[in-house]
Amino acid sequence: MDLDFERPIVELEAKLADMKHIAEENDVDVTDAVKTLEDKIKKLKKDTYQNLTRWQRVQLSRHADRPYTLDYIPAICDKFIELFGDRNVKDDKAMVGGFGEIEGQTFMFIGQQKGRNTKQRQYRNFGMANPEGYRKALRLMKMAEKFNKPIITFIDTPGAYPGLEAEERGQGEAIARNLKEMFMLKVPVICIIIGEGASGGALGIGIGDKVLMLENTWYSVISPESCSSILWRSWDYKEQAAEALKLTAADMLKAGLVDGIIKEPLGGAHVDPVAMANKLKKTILEEVAGLFLISSEQRILNRIEKFSNMGVVTELAFDGTSRL
Amino acid sequence: MTWFTRKEKGIVTPTELKKETPDGLWSQCPECKKVMHSREHKKNEYTCSSCNYHDKIGSKEYFEIIFDNNEFEELDARMSSSDPLVFIDTKKYPERIVATQKKTGLTDAVRSGIGYMNNIQIVVACMDFNFIGGSMGSVVGEKIARAIDKAREKKAPFLMISKTGGARMMEAGYSLMQMAKTSAKLAMLSEDGIPYISLLTDPTTGGVTASYAMLGDFNISEPGALIGFAGPRVIRETIGKDLPEGFQSAEFVLEHGFLDFIVDRKELKERLSDLLTMLNN
Ligand SMILES: [Zn+2]
Repeated sequence: MDLDFERPIVELEAKLADMKHIAEENDVDVTDAVKTLEDKIKKLKKDTYQNLTRWQRVQLSRHADRPYTLDYIPAICDKFIELFGDRNVKDDKAMVGGFGEIEGQTFMFIGQQKGRNTKQRQYRNFGMANPEGYRKALRLMKMAEKFNKPIITFIDTPGAYPGLEAEERGQGEAIARNLKEMFMLKVPVICIIIGEGASGGALGIGIGDKVLMLENTWYSVISPESCSSILWRSWDYKEQAAEALKLTAADMLKAGLVDGIIKEPLGGAHVDPVAMANKLKKTILEEVAGLFLISSEQRILNRIEKFSNMGVVTELAFDGTSRL
Repeated sequence: MTWFTRKEKGIVTPTELKKETPDGLWSQCPECKKVMHSREHKKNEYTCSSCNYHDKIGSKEYFEIIFDNNEFEELDARMSSSDPLVFIDTKKYPERIVATQKKTGLTDAVRSGIGYMNNIQIVVACMDFNFIGGSMGSVVGEKIARAIDKAREKKAPFLMISKTGGARMMEAGYSLMQMAKTSAKLAMLSEDGIPYISLLTDPTTGGVTASYAMLGDFNISEPGALIGFAGPRVIRETIGKDLPEGFQSAEFVLEHGFLDFIVDRKELKERLSDLLTMLNN
């Protein structure tokens, strides 16, 4: 599975494979040619992945091979016990969670879950949680608080599900309650955007002491496609919309809306999922250790203050011009 | 504990000059087409005398309804949008802001004030839909946050009147984080034991519904108001079916358990005063 902008790399890699194959069959020495081509590929990869446009990063965040929440958790944890249900309506398959153990320490993991094939995608509702998903997440967070376990959330959603039953069961209220309750959690909370971070559906598990983004993810108030359809009144301006929204990890860090970026392997998390998971594990252990040094009262105050400072406003002078 | 103070003395001067509707103007009900005199319409709090349709009104009208003698101190009256993302769609964002400010006479999509409602001190923030669809950007979030700070400082109840299409796309990530900011402030207001009433008016959708609008101790609405997280068009496109009659109306939302009550605008002030008085007795 390659993306449009990756095609030149894929073509060169195919050429390299051909060259090696032909050389082997005909027993000729092509060491120099192979070396040249390998260097060329390396350079092209570097040029490509270090100069991705915002839209290309959005594409990588949705890559079909990209690791999902339930790929990372078993890779990070020595043990994992998944917990189901919101104790109210049902179990939401788009929102998963449970206790996981890393090096003898227990964490609560919560995250949106996407599916990899047609059947799985439907089963997971494309990673779009219903109200019961947010209520399940809150139930697990409250349980983590009760047993004094830090909370790790993995955010990967194209949005909260905009369906009929979701409205009937209070999608807005479910997300709103999570925002308010997460501010008051007494345990450390780390939120990591591992894929797509679309709007309130992402924020609904996104109030953390540390909010981190993987390098090739996006986080904003709306997807580039929907933004294009509303502001340009056409679906064709998704690239421009992605640029305008400034939705990448680098953009969000620069704006002070997230706390850090976790680098991905060259080409994206899916190129080396094991390395990515190890990096996540290391980051989680380090960040949680740091957060445990702060009292829970202070952590809550810091969390509130951090989000309270987000936003940029100006004051109008009395002639109506803005006074910066 | 006592969280509100009775009016002691003095008159607060309204900061806005009232622009009266000129006499002799007529207004037609968009629902039943009845023609009413503007003065009569205003006396009915902008509801139809025939079918009780609740006309869409803005902060100016709600403040007139809520505050005794329309006296209040406006908060952060000159706060205005910045353009941190240098956002350009078909128009530059600052140009859109200035044009909307000129057209509406408003600085942004929310106004806030402190005053008295039947002698009960109260902080009110009210959204204006005609300012870029009542969309929530940094100014809306910050003004609401500061209004909540004021309510905590004065130990006065907080009334939020929402009317919005949701997020302000031109502020992207900043807009999204206003949901978090306002929720953080409401969590603190709640810890203080100060009442928060959220009035969801026609329409209240999107990120606002998924944050402060649904976080009231009392979530209330007006008859027939549209309330939802996703807008009707998006839902229709998602499920590929027409929506049932009355879907996402205030009455529908109440039946599903997410509103405390629906109040006729003509009784709004008395009902809220009764409620707050009961909490204090
Ligand atoms: Zn009428």
